[in-house]
Amino acid sequence: MSILVIADHDNSSLKQSTLNVVAAAKAIGGDIDILVAGENCGAAGEASAKVEGVNKVLVADNAVYGHNLGENLGELVAEVGKGYGHILASAGTTGKDFMPRVAALLDVAQVSDIMRVESEDTFVRPIYAGNAIATVKASDSIKVVTVRPTAFDPVAADGGSASVEALDVVKDAGLSQFISEELAKSDRPDLSSADIVVSGGRGMQNGENFKMLESVADQLGAAIGASRAAVDAGFVPNDMQVGQTGKIVAPQLYIAIGISGAIQHLAGMGDSKVIAAINKDEEAPIFQVADYGLVADLFEAVPQFEEELKKVL
Amino acid sequence: MKVLVAVKRVIDYNVKVRVKPDNTGVDLANVKMAMNPFCEIAVEEAVRLKEKGIASEIVVVTIGPKAAQEQIRTALALGADRGIHIESDEEVQSLEAAKLLKAVVEKEEPRLVILGKQAIDSDNNQTGQMLAALTGMGQGTFASELVIEGEKVQVKREIDGGLMTVGLSLPAVITTDLRLNEPRYASLPNIMKAKKKPLDNMSPADLGVEITPRLSTLKVEAPASRKAGIKVADVAELVDKLKNEAKVI
Repeated sequence: MSILVIADHDNSSLKQSTLNVVAAAKAIGGDIDILVAGENCGAAGEASAKVEGVNKVLVADNAVYGHNLGENLGELVAEVGKGYGHILASAGTTGKDFMPRVAALLDVAQVSDIMRVESEDTFVRPIYAGNAIATVKASDSIKVVTVRPTAFDPVAADGGSASVEALDVVKDAGLSQFISEELAKSDRPDLSSADIVVSGGRGMQNGENFKMLESVADQLGAAIGASRAAVDAGFVPNDMQVGQTGKIVAPQLYIAIGISGAIQHLAGMGDSKVIAAINKDEEAPIFQVADYGLVADLFEAVPQFEEELKKVL
Repeated sequence: MKVLVAVKRVIDYNVKVRVKPDNTGVDLANVKMAMNPFCEIAVEEAVRLKEKGIASEIVVVTIGPKAAQEQIRTALALGADRGIHIESDEEVQSLEAAKLLKAVVEKEEPRLVILGKQAIDSDNNQTGQMLAALTGMGQGTFASELVIEGEKVQVKREIDGGLMTVGLSLPAVITTDLRLNEPRYASLPNIMKAKKKPLDNMSPADLGVEITPRLSTLKVEAPASRKAGIKVADVAELVDKLKNEAKVI
């Protein structure tokens, strides 16, 4: 059976998470098609055709798909996907929004946030904030699956030569309308796919102090994250939250600053390759998972850290 | 207008989760249970709508074993008016939960249905969206702000990269994110009063829904544990280790 991957994109380019999801599709095995739904998304369609191992790209280019409204995407994907054995999307906020609608419309279960493929119907996924790992088998004829991107190494963005087909399927559920969007503008790498993440917690004391982390992040080319405590305290916006209910990250290096390390936070960054932590409380749980721990007052240590980085970078 | 809130009984947020030695699941024997935190936010939002004069009645529904009645009573103590307990000792998966809730929606005809975005046990994040699809309603998922005006609701949603506002016609389904509100605590007099509020008990069969799980859990394991590394003496050593030992900068 073939696999349909729903592309994550911004109309003009493909997001890296799509490459991770295609990797999960490869692990399942079978022909892989990509569906690009958007508005003026031809460029994202062309980029999809170059992805390694893709058979065919379907492009649904219409204003009704312009803002990722879950009602419209749900109907489109259920219609296009019913001829496939698997429908896969990234477990970002877009996939989490429309994929359960697809599953319900097809009357099948969804397997959320998989981190490993055991076989074409058996998947491994975290439950209880990652404190337990479940192996689940899906019995429906169509498997609707969301994929944790950081758990799969991306396939190559080029080397493929898939055919591109325009889809003339317009699904306007008429249930919702886009009103506005406030997106954080940043020149830094995307938090979910950055190689280095510098995160601050309650210990930062206020939003102003996050500027210290910005200078460190700029030196390292890192993204900036935060614990739920820092977000709840209003230091930084919610899209910076790393954890069970925020973003899941797995960078090469995660630097936790003033973060105690609640289990819900560890669920969001525990798969990082190397973890460094700076915290003045030597009993903080973050030190139980950190490869390198420094017990120090962050307000002294972070400026020193920046100075030391200048010497070596 | 009538608001329906769905709540789930789950392991308490603060309890350390332990996997059973035979790998069949998580040990829930003698473990403190509570209302799912996102469901508490859903109840709170409904109560605030009632306090603003927008909601006229709050109906709270749960699906679960006999003991899940406690979570209904908690919601009633927080300000819900009456409860519906769909009693089932079996595991009810998201799709079946959505079908049961759809049957309740058809009976109760609420203008707004509020659910938590995910339960902290299965971490699925599915039921609200499935319910919306099955009932043909629009959905405002991961909501951080609701503004209701007449027959419309504007929902500010937490998305990757920021916030997005959508407009929905009522009836609609809302799923709550963490920053929608801060739930209150129930007062003792309200806890006493909640004991007298009406609570209907029914079975999935009463609602015409057959529970047929599509997913089977083959095993549940503890995650690979990460070992604590070393403590470094100062910042210079930290930078040296990151550069020369871990080679990540």
